Amino acid sequence: MGFVYALIAAGLSLIFGLMEIVNFAHGEFLMVAMYVAFFAWALLKLDPLVSLPLAALLLGTLGFTVYHGIIRRVLDGPMLAQIFATFGLAVLLRSAAQFLFGVDFRTVSQPLLAGRVALGPVFIGVPQLAASVAALAAFVGLFLFLSRSETGLALQATAQDRHAAALMGIDTQRMFALGWAIGSACVGVAGGLLAMFFYIFPDVGTPFALLAYVTVALGGFGNVPATLAGGVLVGLVEAFGGLYLTPALKYSAVFALYLGVVLWRPQGLFGRF
Amino acid sequence: MTRLLEARGLDVLLGDYQVLWEARCAVAAGEIVALLGPNGAGKSTLMNSLSGLLRPRAGDVLFDGHAITGLPAHRRVSQGISHVLERRRLFPYLTVRQNVWLGAYAREARADRETQYQKMIELFPIISARANQLAHTLSGGEQQMVALARGLMSRPRLLMIDEPFLGLAPLIVEQLVEVIRRVNQDGVTILFIEQNVERALSIASRGYILESGRTILDGPSSELLHSAEVRRIFLGG
Ligand SMILES: Nc1ncnc2c1ncn2[C@@H]1O[C@H](COP(=O)(O)OP(=O)(O)OP(=O)(O)O)[C@@H](O)[C@H]1O
Ligand SMILES: [Mg+2]
Repeated sequence: MGFVYALIAAGLSLIFGLMEIVNFAHGEFLMVAMYVAFFAWALLKLDPLVSLPLAALLLGTLGFTVYHGIIRRVLDGPMLAQIFATFGLAVLLRSAAQFLFGVDFRTVSQPLLAGRVALGPVFIGVPQLAASVAALAAFVGLFLFLSRSETGLALQATAQDRHAAALMGIDTQRMFALGWAIGSACVGVAGGLLAMFFYIFPDVGTPFALLAYVTVALGGFGNVPATLAGGVLVGLVEAFGGLYLTPALKYSAVFALYLGVVLWRPQGLFGRF
Repeated sequence: MTRLLEARGLDVLLGDYQVLWEARCAVAAGEIVALLGPNGAGKSTLMNSLSGLLRPRAGDVLFDGHAITGLPAHRRVSQGISHVLERRRLFPYLTVRQNVWLGAYAREARADRETQYQKMIELFPIISARANQLAHTLSGGEQQMVALARGLMSRPRLLMIDEPFLGLAPLIVEQLVEVIRRVNQDGVTILFIEQNVERALSIASRGYILESGRTILDGPSSELLHSAEVRRIFLGG
């Protein structure tokens, strides 16, 4: 699960690193992605694993549209306007989901992958395992894109100094929009993967978003590779917390870890500030 | 004298505060021109308006005879304008090589990227010595060299440099002056900002003097050096 957390957090971190805006609708984006996977399965008979590119594409488009429709307008505004803009979007998306899809829990039954395998002493569900592998692959892909490709470098440059980047001939507005598209596409992939084995309902994104904020803060804000470490750490603490404490306490363990790290190193484990 | 760059009547605001009042300057092709003025006079603000980082409320900027006043910064690069910002402003968490490489991001510059990069290594050997080091770990002098190389990667016609010598040791300053002269001899027009009047006017053939956001004086270096007005502004006497 750590890798899925890392992927959700990477999307958040990418957007924050680029423009110092926290997307408070990140969890709702995840919820939308899960509904995309659900309806692709219910209406088109596509397994979430098969509809993954569709979820990524639709969420990428959503991110792009949200940037141009909302974020661009509050970019030069006060911090509070930015917070309310994405927070308002979160409320809007959640209410829309409640209105359109109802509050019932939905699941994708008879998924392509099912069953459990033994991994040493522990059993793990095949869908969970597949989700981890796929999330890790997506994360590595994102990392390679950011560090090797021309556009990835331009994104990093924009994140590090947008004025200097503009003077290199980089269209920073385009980079912002691209950052929102890619960051949201990450959530699209994560949502598609989670839909294989998780309940789908309008509030489903909230706990994941909370874990994503913790993951990003653990790794260090705006540092995409570090979110992988953060995600793995959160995943491990959650798993072992569930194993050695009671399952009900596993998130307490995660947040205790978070508090500890923030008190000890406010900039995160690998933070640059 | 064919004017490569000309700005006239620039009024520029930062927030609600007007910094430039009908500021002007002109640079002919092939010249080295200095922009002088006390702290807070608006030199950087003027240069930022020339490169497109700031939009003037009134006035025009012409490049090669065409109005570029409304053109965003990233599109002025392809026109042949390069701007090295005050305090170098390298991308701190990219390597030296990546920084320099990004200087030729504009489509027009990409074809010559490899040859231009080799030229930059010749000009500043430290680029190849420190190629894989993160930019923020360099010394001030090294950072300025990388910033200049990054600014030259797009093969500009006009190179604008904001305080290239700030905080550098005399030996490094000498080296940089040498490089600036060489670059100019290769056909690049240069406009630079410098606080030290004598140093600035020994490098430049002409200068503009800004005070409180207004261009109050301009002329050949030899004239400015002996002007009573210049002495009043810079020596307080
Ligand atoms: N963001 C800002 N908002 C309001 N005023 C600003 C802002 N940035 C700079 N100023 C003011 O604008 C004026 C001109 O600043 P500018 O940086 O152009 O001066 P400068 O001549 O480059 O000075 P220096 O030699 O110190 O670099 C200064 O009085 C400064 O206080
Ligand atoms: Mg300045």
